[in-house]
Amino acid sequence: MQQREFMEYDVVIVGGGPSGLATAIRLKQLAEQAGRELSVCLLEKGSEIGAHILSGAVFEPRALNELIPDWKEKGAPLNTPASADCFLHLTETGSIQLPTPPQMKNHGNYIISLGNLCRWLGEQAEALGVEIYPGFAAAEVLYNEDGSVKGVATGDMGIGKDGKKTDAWQPGMELWAKQTIFAEGCRGSLTKVLFERFDLRQNADPQTYGIGIKELWEVKPENHQRGSITHTAGWPLDTATYGGSFLYHLENNQVVVGFVVGLDYQNPYLSPFEEFQRFKTHPAIRQVFEGGRRISYGARAISEGGIQSLPKLTFPGGVLVGDTAGFLNVPKIKGSHTAMKSGMLAAEAVFELLSSDKGNEAVSYKDKFEKSWLHDELRSVRNIRPSFRWGLWPAMIYSAIDTYLFRGRAPWTLRHKHADHECLQEASLSCKIDYPKPDGVLTFDRLSSVFISNTNHSEDQPAHLRLKDASVPVEINLKKFAGPEARFCPAGVYEFVGEPDAPRLQINAQNCVHCKTCDIKDPTQNIIWVTPEGGGGPNYPNM
Amino acid sequence: MKVIVAVKRVVDFNVKVRPKTDGSDVELANAKMSMNPFDEIAVEEAVRLKEAGKVTEIVAVSMGVKACEETLRTALAMGADRAVHVETDAVLEPLAVAKLLKAVAEKEQPQLLILGKQAIDDDANQVGQMTAALLGWAQGTFASKVGLSSENVQVMREVDGGLETVTLNLPAVVTTDLRLNEPRFVKLPNIMAAKKKPLDKLTTADLGVDVTPRLTLVNVAEPAKRQAGVKVANVAELVAKLKSEAKVL
Amino acid sequence: MTILVIAEHDNKELKSGTLHTVTAAQKIGGDIHVLVAGNNCGAVAEAAAKLAGVSVVKVAEGAALEHGLAENIAPLVVKLAAGYSHVLAPATTYGKNLLPRVAALLDVMQISEISAVEAADTFVRPIYAGNVLATVKSNDPIKVITVRTTAFDAVGPGGSADIEKVDGGADAGLSRFDGAELTVSDRPELASARIVVSGGRALGSAEQFQAVIEPLADKLGAAVGASRAAVDAGYAPNDYQVGQTGKVVAPQLYVAVGISGAIQHLAGMKDSKVIVAINKDEEAPIFQVADYGLVGDLFSVVPELIQALGD
Repeated sequence: MQQREFMEYDVVIVGGGPSGLATAIRLKQLAEQAGRELSVCLLEKGSEIGAHILSGAVFEPRALNELIPDWKEKGAPLNTPASADCFLHLTETGSIQLPTPPQMKNHGNYIISLGNLCRWLGEQAEALGVEIYPGFAAAEVLYNEDGSVKGVATGDMGIGKDGKKTDAWQPGMELWAKQTIFAEGCRGSLTKVLFERFDLRQNADPQTYGIGIKELWEVKPENHQRGSITHTAGWPLDTATYGGSFLYHLENNQVVVGFVVGLDYQNPYLSPFEEFQRFKTHPAIRQVFEGGRRISYGARAISEGGIQSLPKLTFPGGVLVGDTAGFLNVPKIKGSHTAMKSGMLAAEAVFELLSSDKGNEAVSYKDKFEKSWLHDELRSVRNIRPSFRWGLWPAMIYSAIDTYLFRGRAPWTLRHKHADHECLQEASLSCKIDYPKPDGVLTFDRLSSVFISNTNHSEDQPAHLRLKDASVPVEINLKKFAGPEARFCPAGVYEFVGEPDAPRLQINAQNCVHCKTCDIKDPTQNIIWVTPEGGGGPNYPNM
Repeated sequence: MKVIVAVKRVVDFNVKVRPKTDGSDVELANAKMSMNPFDEIAVEEAVRLKEAGKVTEIVAVSMGVKACEETLRTALAMGADRAVHVETDAVLEPLAVAKLLKAVAEKEQPQLLILGKQAIDDDANQVGQMTAALLGWAQGTFASKVGLSSENVQVMREVDGGLETVTLNLPAVVTTDLRLNEPRFVKLPNIMAAKKKPLDKLTTADLGVDVTPRLTLVNVAEPAKRQAGVKVANVAELVAKLKSEAKVL
Repeated sequence: MTILVIAEHDNKELKSGTLHTVTAAQKIGGDIHVLVAGNNCGAVAEAAAKLAGVSVVKVAEGAALEHGLAENIAPLVVKLAAGYSHVLAPATTYGKNLLPRVAALLDVMQISEISAVEAADTFVRPIYAGNVLATVKSNDPIKVITVRTTAFDAVGPGGSADIEKVDGGADAGLSRFDGAELTVSDRPELASARIVVSGGRALGSAEQFQAVIEPLADKLGAAVGASRAAVDAGYAPNDYQVGQTGKVVAPQLYVAVGISGAIQHLAGMKDSKVIVAINKDEEAPIFQVADYGLVGDLFSVVPELIQALGD
């Protein structure tokens, strides 16, 4: 094999989301304060910073205030202050307003496009001297002889569909670092490897997840109330399934609408995509979109396990930051400020380590985390999400008690007992769900949705959704679970095709929006999501 | 021999473009931008000519906003030796670009100018021909094969219905078609190295070119959606309709 | 207002693009002159003189003009242009090669590939690969325009224009024509074919794709295309793919066989003049864009169709 080229940095960061960028910025700030040189390189698999970023998002500026106190002067795209909060419980035809839980009060927050915030953070990082390379996916973890992480390698380019090198083949490049920061976002593919290698999940509950699906609309001015925030629970989900919607009014007559479904759902016939589509038809919701047009679409999994599911954050040669570790605050439905804060704490620990000669593991990161507001915040809400396994109403009552009576300091911790993929029931025990057909105006099918996510992967490359065993999709997933991958994938990647007596699974890898739901929810854990050729995937504007 | 390649920063081909609600222009806020794919082919061709020992220096030129620097860095990472950026926030029409390119060519004195046959945003297909006209050079448009010698360049052109070959005296302008080559993947080490290559800045005033637009954009709109037609009952009816009604058989 | 239309021809025949361009000129309104620049091209001039609405045909002949080299024809057009309000050419590779050279020498901004005429100075043209239509107004004294030929009908006969000789000028000495190689193939090229027959995943296998689609394409003299689903399933090679990530085609007739019509496919063929869809599923989205839909089993419908066409 041809020797790959390599480059050495002090720190290499994998992923250009809020956590990776906050880490990069903080590191450079610390280096500047200390008057020392520190080389920082950041890899991003999307075609540009922000291309793969998708979030609600109502943004709490706490971490940003700490990171870049003069963000307003520097032109951060926080343009729409949150105004009215509204929390609705929906039934099929009706709605009642519930008191807004304290975690969901958004005074002082901003409705933003997280993708655009990341674009701006990327500019700030570059101005500080961070080298940012979008379009290159870190595909492989590299190790030193002593077993510590040495860095990462980018994937080869120009491998054909058949797995063989094409004429255009270019080998990947090795990036070596004293410390490698994994900031891959929820369900990072390299993080998964690290979990195993360093047994990082030993003392953690299983991680649980949700899938968030989002659309960006341009609505009629008379249907627009800038700054307005609505969340709903209830219909169209049954009370056993965790989930709900969000509806935020941005600037320029734009409205984001989205739906989150907990991936611990049981019914294999459930389709998060179609639940979202029919949610929009509710009488209390649909008029917002009348006469409007949908301009973008996307989906992304989020970590919902909370503090009890956090893995060990450090290992020799590197650390985990942001949602790949699982810092999201579920009751707040916010993970950006927590991701950024975790990155800032990690940066401080890493900088300390690099300024000393105390080994190769940034152990003080844990300490810093435990002393930070981030820890308090996550700890106080730890029991809310797990209580939803009792169903919607008991969980709401429990959450109220946990929040108001115990103020988040209940003397117990509710555990997550099962990984999401273990929660799926067999089809024979489940009810089919009859979803309405899309009308092409308010509701849509998957392919026309993927179309406006600007998703593409070069066609001549191996599918980046790998099956451990090619017979499992038909023999187990289809026969036992009625082929749930065709439903939980929000991008139409998985299709069972062929004659009824000889079905087979068709994987349309080009459609993949990199949400990672298949890697999480496949009941047999037979699907492995790996990074495709760099630059592939969605090109989200303003998401 | 020195070659200039002209590259344009355009909205990425994966991005679905739509008109703004008020129809004043297309909505491009925060959309991913890239090098015009035809210009990528132009850079690739220049690099291949250099690798073949026929070209000694490649100068990449772009015109427009500050972010065009990124596009030029891509050209440098692909193999261009240095870059010239004519920086302006003005809207540049093909005629203005051609005038600017002419001015740059007069400074640089290349033997060959290679650029894409058209940009995938305005689909104008004009700059190469216009620049050739203003410089009084020969033009080889829609090239699918380029053979360069020290006196001339032979260009195989993709024309309607087939291929045509012309020989052009140097200096000349060549515009690239899709099948000329397949641009290489840009390697990360080359992107790192490209940061250190020279990138010179010029202004339209430096070049003495008036770039005032000649066209007014009245509005932009989405094309009318196709309407569903009729269902026919059988093959006979289909053939009859195709013959008598649609007149396509 | 007098409009000069540059004729496209091969010295023997007038190319059809010219006929569509004359129609666009009629829409602008005014006197229409046609320039035939070539060598020994009298027959072309006579053909042009018979086009409806053409009042004068100017013929320039000379060896330098024989092969349509833009370096030699542009100065001729520039010399004539002073007397005209508009100069038009078809947006074919011929017109696209020549006219920007003319526009630059006249110091005017060309308006490329117009698809509609709004006023004598205002035109509609597709941008972003036809996904957006721009209306633009020219502020130049002479409007130099290429015309999207599929957007205007061909003008009919009925004219009897005067034919005038003009001086062809000298060879610019910049370029030389070496030869042309016109595609001779049983099967036209997908991107430029007049008729395209495309197959989808309903074909079921590569063998059936060949057995069903190819004979129909042969019968129609059509190019063969495929949906991405069919390509992904291995029924057809990659370069057959029509759609967002494949080729974009706009033939006179597009026959979609067993293609459901996902938006990704429609993006590649929605500008076809006439679309025929054959599909078993009467709710398939392809029927929403088809001019003629036939609900039925393609394995019986297509052979029937071949037979019916054979009559």
